Amino acid sequence: MTALDHNAAIPNAVPSGPTGPTKPILSVRDLVVHFPVRGRGLLGRTKGTVHAVCDVSFEIYPGETLGLVGESGCGKSTTSRAVLGLRRATSGQVVFEEQDIAELSANRLRRLRRQMQIVFQDPMASLDPRLTVHEIIAEPLRIHRLHAADRARYVADLMQTVGLNSEHGNRYPHEFSGGQRQRIGIARALALEPKLLVLDEPVSALDVSIQAGVVNLLEDLQRRLGLAYLFVAHDLSVVRHVADRVAVMYLGRIVETGKSEELFANPAHPYTQALISAIPIPDPRKERARRRIVVSGEMPSPTDPPSGCRFRTRCPLFANRLDDSERTRCQQEVPELAERGQGHPVACHFAEAVPVL
Amino acid sequence: MTTELTAGTPAADESADVLVVEDLTVSFPTDDGPVQAVRGVSYRLREREILGIVGESGSGKSVTSMAIMGLLPRSARITGSIRFRGQELVGLRESGLNKLRGSKIAMIFQDPMTSLNPVYTIGYQLAETILAHNNVSKAQARKRSVELLDAVGIPNPGQRVDSYPHELSGGVRQRVVIAIAMANRPDVIIADEPTTALDVTVQSQVLDALRTAQQETGAAMVLITHDLGVVAGQADRVLVMYAGKPVEIGDVEDIYYRPRMPYTMGLLGSVPRLDAGRSRRLLPILGSPPSLLNLPAGCPFTPRCPMARDRCETEEPALTDATSRRHRAACHFSEELADVRPHDLFAPTAEGDLP
Amino acid sequence: MPSSQPQEDHGPRAVRVAPTTGPSQGPARPDREFTVEARSQSRLILRRFLRHKLAVASLVVFIAVVLFAFAGGAVWHYSYDQLTPDISVPPSLRHPFGTDSTGIDLMAMVMRGTQRSLEIALFVALTATCVGTVYGAIAGYYRGVYDTLMMRFVDLVLTFPTIAVAAILGSQVGTSAGSWFFIGIILAALTWPIVARVVRGSVLSLREKEFIEAARALGARDRRIIFGHLVPNVMGPVIVSVTILVATAILSETGLSFIGFGVRPPDTSLGLLVSQAQTAVSTRPWLFYFPGAFIILIVLSINFIGDGLRDAFDPTTTRVRS
Repeated sequence: MTALDHNAAIPNAVPSGPTGPTKPILSVRDLVVHFPVRGRGLLGRTKGTVHAVCDVSFEIYPGETLGLVGESGCGKSTTSRAVLGLRRATSGQVVFEEQDIAELSANRLRRLRRQMQIVFQDPMASLDPRLTVHEIIAEPLRIHRLHAADRARYVADLMQTVGLNSEHGNRYPHEFSGGQRQRIGIARALALEPKLLVLDEPVSALDVSIQAGVVNLLEDLQRRLGLAYLFVAHDLSVVRHVADRVAVMYLGRIVETGKSEELFANPAHPYTQALISAIPIPDPRKERARRRIVVSGEMPSPTDPPSGCRFRTRCPLFANRLDDSERTRCQQEVPELAERGQGHPVACHFAEAVPVL
Repeated sequence: MTTELTAGTPAADESADVLVVEDLTVSFPTDDGPVQAVRGVSYRLREREILGIVGESGSGKSVTSMAIMGLLPRSARITGSIRFRGQELVGLRESGLNKLRGSKIAMIFQDPMTSLNPVYTIGYQLAETILAHNNVSKAQARKRSVELLDAVGIPNPGQRVDSYPHELSGGVRQRVVIAIAMANRPDVIIADEPTTALDVTVQSQVLDALRTAQQETGAAMVLITHDLGVVAGQADRVLVMYAGKPVEIGDVEDIYYRPRMPYTMGLLGSVPRLDAGRSRRLLPILGSPPSLLNLPAGCPFTPRCPMARDRCETEEPALTDATSRRHRAACHFSEELADVRPHDLFAPTAEGDLP
Repeated sequence: MPSSQPQEDHGPRAVRVAPTTGPSQGPARPDREFTVEARSQSRLILRRFLRHKLAVASLVVFIAVVLFAFAGGAVWHYSYDQLTPDISVPPSLRHPFGTDSTGIDLMAMVMRGTQRSLEIALFVALTATCVGTVYGAIAGYYRGVYDTLMMRFVDLVLTFPTIAVAAILGSQVGTSAGSWFFIGIILAALTWPIVARVVRGSVLSLREKEFIEAARALGARDRRIIFGHLVPNVMGPVIVSVTILVATAILSETGLSFIGFGVRPPDTSLGLLVSQAQTAVSTRPWLFYFPGAFIILIVLSINFIGDGLRDAFDPTTTRVRS
C-alpha cells in the first residue's frame, strides 16, 4: 500500500472540527493558571505571580487531534496538566463530557481519570524503574480494580496493540530502547480505555528513526479507537503531521488557531510566521532558499508579561513596520483571539496572512 | 604543513586539509566488557568547510569529537590518528593539547554552562581566553570582547559584557560561548549539538551567530547534530554515522538527494517535514540501534535493513565510492539504490519497533 | 507473525485492535534487540556490591559475628551466668577469652553481650528506619507547610544530645529485665530523624519525576504513590543509612552502658563488659580487649558494608555508555 491511499481514509474518520455536528469531548473556557512565587521557609512571602496560562479556550472533538504548539515556557504543558485536573485552574473552566472538572469531588475526578490519560515526554522518567513492564501497564487496572480475572491476558494484548512483544512483560523499563519505553507509556495510558489522550511531547525525546514509528502508532490507534488527542509539542513538523487543528501559544496565550493545513499555509500572526520560518527543512535547496522571519531576543519572564500584546517586545512587525500610534495600540490593548479576515482566529491587531513555507 | 598521501583517500587537494582523522577507534571498558563507541572513523576537514556529522544517540558522533579535543575520560582507549595541520593529537600530552584547545581548535557544547564558569563575568572569561593566547593589554582584550559579543548578535554588548552567566538566557549564553570560541581565530570549530537545548526561534539566532563566527574567523567547522534540517541548511559536506562508523559521506546534495546507504535513506524517510502535510505517512526504520557491546559481525544495520541479505550478516561493508569520488557509502548493494525513494524501501508499518 | 489474536468476547476497545505487524519486507532477521543480557535491578545491585571486595569481606565477618552471638551460646559449654572454678585465668584452650574475677567464662559473656548489643542495634535501626522513612516520605511528598513543620520538629529532635537524654530517660526505667528494650526505644526515638532527613531529601527530588505524575494521572491515591512508588525508590539511601544507624546504635549503647545507664547486670552487653573491665586493664587486659575488639569489629564491618551498598545503589557506577 502506498503512502497516499493509506491516508485517503483519514478525512472521513475525522470530524470536521468546530463546525462539525458532534459535541466536543473537551472544552476549555477562559482557563487561567497562576502560580505564586514564594520566598523560602515557613513564612515565605509571595514575591510575585507566574502568569502561566491566560484566558486559554479551545475545544476538542471526538476522534480529532488538536496540536498545542509553543516554545518552552509558553504554558502549553501547564494547560495540559490543568485539563487533566493535575493542576488547579485559577479561574475558567475545563469541561470534559459536560462535566466541569473543578466541581468534581476527589473521588469523582479519580473516576474521570479513566476517560482521559496522558503520555509523557521522557519515557524513562515516566516509568517507575522498580516495576516490571507488566506491573506498570497493570497499575491503572489495579488502581481502578478492573480486569481482575483476565489481567495477565489483557496486559499482554495491550502490549501487542502498541507493538511490543508480549513475552517481555517481566522485564524492567531500563532493558528497553527509547521507542519501546514510549510504547509502554502508551499501553499504560490505553489500559483504562480513555476517550482523550493528552500527549505531552510524546516523541521529542526519541531518535528520529524511532519517532516515526511512534507517530504512526499514535495515528493508527486514533483511527482504530476513535481517540481524541491533545498533542502538546514544540516541534511544528511533527504537529503538522498529526494535528487536525493547531493552537499556537505564546507566553500563556493562544495567539493563533485554525485548521492545520490552513494555519501552515497562511499563518497570520507574526509569531506563528516566525516559528514556521525558523523550523529547518531537511532539504538543502529548499532550506537555503527560504526567507527567515527573524525574531529578536527570547521570551520574557511570565512573572511580568509585557502589557497589551505579549509578543510586541520581540515582534518584527512592531519593530519594523508599525508607526507610533499603531505601536501604542499594541502596548495598551490586548489583542483578542478573533477572526480578522484571515479565515481563522488570530490575536494580532495587524494580522496579515503571509505564506512562509 | 602535511601533504602526506594516504592510499585511497578521496581528497583532491591534500594541503587544504586542516584536520585529518584516520581510522579512529574509541572503546570504554564497562562491567560487561568493552563498548566500541567509535569503530574506525576517517575524514578530512578542508579549510573553511562545514562538515555536518549526523547520527542518532549512541552513534559515536560526539565521542569522535571529544577524542579530537582530548576530552575523553582516562579509561577510554583510543587508537588511530588525528592530525591537526600535520600534528598528531592522539597520545599528545595535556600541555600540548592545552596550547591547541581554545586557540586553534574551539569547541561548543550543547550545554553552554559546561564551558562557562558561573563565578566570573562573561567579559572576564572572554578576556581571559584572549589574554591566554595573545600579547595584548587588558583594555584591548576588553574592547575585543565587546566586539565579539556584538559580532554574535548580542544586544547592548557594552553592558552585557559585565553580566554573569546565570543572568543570561540559554540562547545568549550559547552565543557567548560562540564568541569565546571565535576569540582566538581558531582554524577548527567543533560544535556538538549547539542548538539542541534551545527553542526554534532562538536556534535560528544561534545558527546565525555560528555562521558569523565561522565566516569571520575563516575556520573550518564540524557541526554535530541529530537534526537533519539544521545540517541541510548549514553544511557543505555531510557524514552519516551509525553504530560507531561512518556509513555515508558526501556533499550535502548527494546525501539528501542521492543517498546510497539504506540507513541514510531511512533517516530521510522518517523525519516529519514541515513542507509535507498529513498526506505523507512517516516511514519508520524498524528496530533500534544495536548495542555497541559485542557487536555481531557483518553490517550493523542488517537487523533493521529492508535490503539485508546473507552477505550483510557476515561481511561489514567498507566506505566505497558511490556516485562520485567525493560521495562514498558503506553498503554492499549501494548501486541498487540509484533510483530508489525512501517509500519504495521502507514500509509505513505502525508497529515499527519489532521485526 | 502476530501470535495470539485477541478474543472477541472479552473485548475492551483497546484489545480489539489486531496488531498489523507483518513481515512486510525482506526475510526475517534475528531479533538483536536485547544483545545486552537482561538483568533486573536487584541483580545489578548485587553484582556491583560483590565487586566491592572489602564490603563482601565485611559481610562475611559480620555474619560470623552474628552466628557467634546467637548460635554460639547453644554450642559453647559455659554460660554467661555460670561460675567456674577458674578465677581470673588468662586466655587458654579451656577458656579462649579467659575468665573474670568471679570465674565466669569471658567468651560466654562476650557472646551474650554481643547478642544484646546487636539486638539493641538492630531494633534501633529497624524502628528508626520505619518511622523515619514514613515520616520523611510524608513530609517530602506533601511539601509546603506540612514539610516545614515536620522538618522543624526533626531539627529539634536532632539538637538533643543523645547520650545525655538517653542517660536521663534510661535511669528512670529501673533495672527491669526488659531494660535493653527501653534503651532501644530511647535510642530509636533519638535517631529516626537521621533517616527522615535522608528520605525527605530523596522524595523531594523523586516526586518531581514524571512517573509520580503518571501515577497521579492514573488516579492513584496518595497512599499508593507514597508506599507504592516513592518508598521503594528511596530504598537505596535508606539501606545505607540503616548501616550507619546500626553502627551508631552499637556505639551509643556502649557509651550508655559504660557510664552505667544502659544494660545492667546480671544481663550484659559489650559496653557493660568494657566498663566492668576498666579497672582491670593493666592486670587482666583480656577482659577489656575481647569485648572492645568485638565492638570495633562490628562497627567497622557495618561501615564497610554500608560503603559497598552505597556504591552498589549509586546508578552512576552502572555500565558506561557513549
